[in-house]
Amino acid sequence: MAQRIDVKDLNVYYGSFKAVEDVSMSIEPRTVTAFIGPSGCGKSTFLRTLNRMHEVIAGGRVEGTVALNGRDLYSKDIDPVAVRRTVGMVFQRPNPFPTMSIFDNVAAGLRLNGVKTKAVLAEAVERSLKGANLWNEVKDRLDKPGAGLSGGQQQRLCIARAIAVEPQVLLMDEPCSALDPISTLAIEDLIDEIKQQYTIVIVTHNMQQAARVSDRTAFFNLAATGKPGRLIEMGDTAKIFSNPTEKATEDYISGRFG
Amino acid sequence: MTSITGHSEADAGPSGDMAATGRVGDRIFSALATGSGVFVVTLIGLVAAFLLAQAVPSLMDNKASFLTSREWQVSAGDLRFGIADLLWVTVISSVIAMAIAVPVAIGVALFLTQYAPRRLARPFASLIDLLAAVPSIVYGIWGYFVLRDFVQPVQSFVESALGWFPLFAPLTVSGTIFLASIVLAIMILPIITAISREVFDQTPAAHKEAALALGATRWEMVRTAVLPFGKPGVISASMLGLGRALGETIAVTLLLSVTRGTFSWSAFAGGETFASRIANGSAEFDTPLKTGAYIAAGLVLFLLTFAVNAVARIVIERRKAFSE
Repeated sequence: MAQRIDVKDLNVYYGSFKAVEDVSMSIEPRTVTAFIGPSGCGKSTFLRTLNRMHEVIAGGRVEGTVALNGRDLYSKDIDPVAVRRTVGMVFQRPNPFPTMSIFDNVAAGLRLNGVKTKAVLAEAVERSLKGANLWNEVKDRLDKPGAGLSGGQQQRLCIARAIAVEPQVLLMDEPCSALDPISTLAIEDLIDEIKQQYTIVIVTHNMQQAARVSDRTAFFNLAATGKPGRLIEMGDTAKIFSNPTEKATEDYISGRFG
Repeated sequence: MTSITGHSEADAGPSGDMAATGRVGDRIFSALATGSGVFVVTLIGLVAAFLLAQAVPSLMDNKASFLTSREWQVSAGDLRFGIADLLWVTVISSVIAMAIAVPVAIGVALFLTQYAPRRLARPFASLIDLLAAVPSIVYGIWGYFVLRDFVQPVQSFVESALGWFPLFAPLTVSGTIFLASIVLAIMILPIITAISREVFDQTPAAHKEAALALGATRWEMVRTAVLPFGKPGVISASMLGLGRALGETIAVTLLLSVTRGTFSWSAFAGGETFASRIANGSAEFDTPLKTGAYIAAGLVLFLLTFAVNAVARIVIERRKAFSE
């Protein structure tokens, strides 16, 4: 069910401000791709264009194409809502629905898709929570509020919620930046497991994390503040971290800036 | 917004406050704050005590059952009064007003916060707020001279279609409970809208994005993120509106036809609410016993609004674990 993504000549705007310029890249199915780069380089902005969440922000628009298995997500006959049902997303801060129980949080996406049968929901919730390595911790309190869990558990709950609808692609926007090292490790292990089934794109500020979890790494940078971010280099993670082609990549990875 | 992971000193509440230094500023501020709190509670206690003290002698002299009688005979020496019809008219007029106002207010608040372009939302919101600035006497006159003619056909239609149901039984009254309810609905609309708008606007972007990222449409996003988040606020807002509707006097007094001696369960009957009965009876406040009868009615209104607020509190409190 995982699908490939091909981005071609993508420019991303906030109103008249060009935030990301001229990005082209291919993301293979069943791989983990990490986006790294200094703050403000547009990697999160770019990530959000992959499921059309960028348009949610007032003034957000793009030029260029993002193709999922060959179909352009931005062509006129495509409904952004349908795109988001195929391309799931996990955010920087865990954001379970505070008014919902753990069960309802995971079931939320399915219910939006019109699933009402109790047994189907229960089965999907259990599968997703197991998939997110959270089942054993919460199976006795599925009716309790999701907001009562620890930060790391909440983030895994959000991952469970995202994979419950069986998306083709899972986008993760700095999913561990608000978590402690133990929870981070749990999430990284989880990423390693679920990449068998999903195409995963992760934005991270933690270069060790990028090196640990990803197969491919893309380095973004911006020339100066106020200038658009650009994709500098993309390649196998091992190569980017040991022998990058671009000087800027090497400087960033070796900690000379950013 | 209590913390999930643990408790800090700052969360500990007013007792055992280690930060108090005993400096003059601290002491003045703490005295002022405590004083204000005590003052409000005392004030409510005094109002209740006043109402009780004035009402009890009349209630002792009352020869009819206060709670179940529909009589209102307060001439000296022969006190016979009860509040059954007042309670019904007060409650039903407010309930109908709420049934009209709350959905409209939620709709307007959602439109302003989720759908309307920012440029439009601000002036539109001010316009709604302006409704609250119209004096209630103006609503009364407007309802009497303008709205009544528009409501009449609606009433006739409902009467002919659903007249078999006691609440819609046809009657020949011009100033009906239904008419008063519509005016009440318009009067409480701004307060419910304003507070609902406020809470909907505070829905964290993270919750809205969570819903959108799952593939929610705009309306589904509202349903999964905005409405649940705003629910306690909407309930509080509605209760504030209900409190106002229950106690609204001048507009209701102007609008409702007084029909003493006849009673009907119909929303198309006339009648009096607690407040309008007291206002209509103001000429009779000459002896303490007579006045006491009206004050007893006021006491029930006081308790009614009190109960409404208490119920709202309980509803909000029960959902608290899910709203942090």
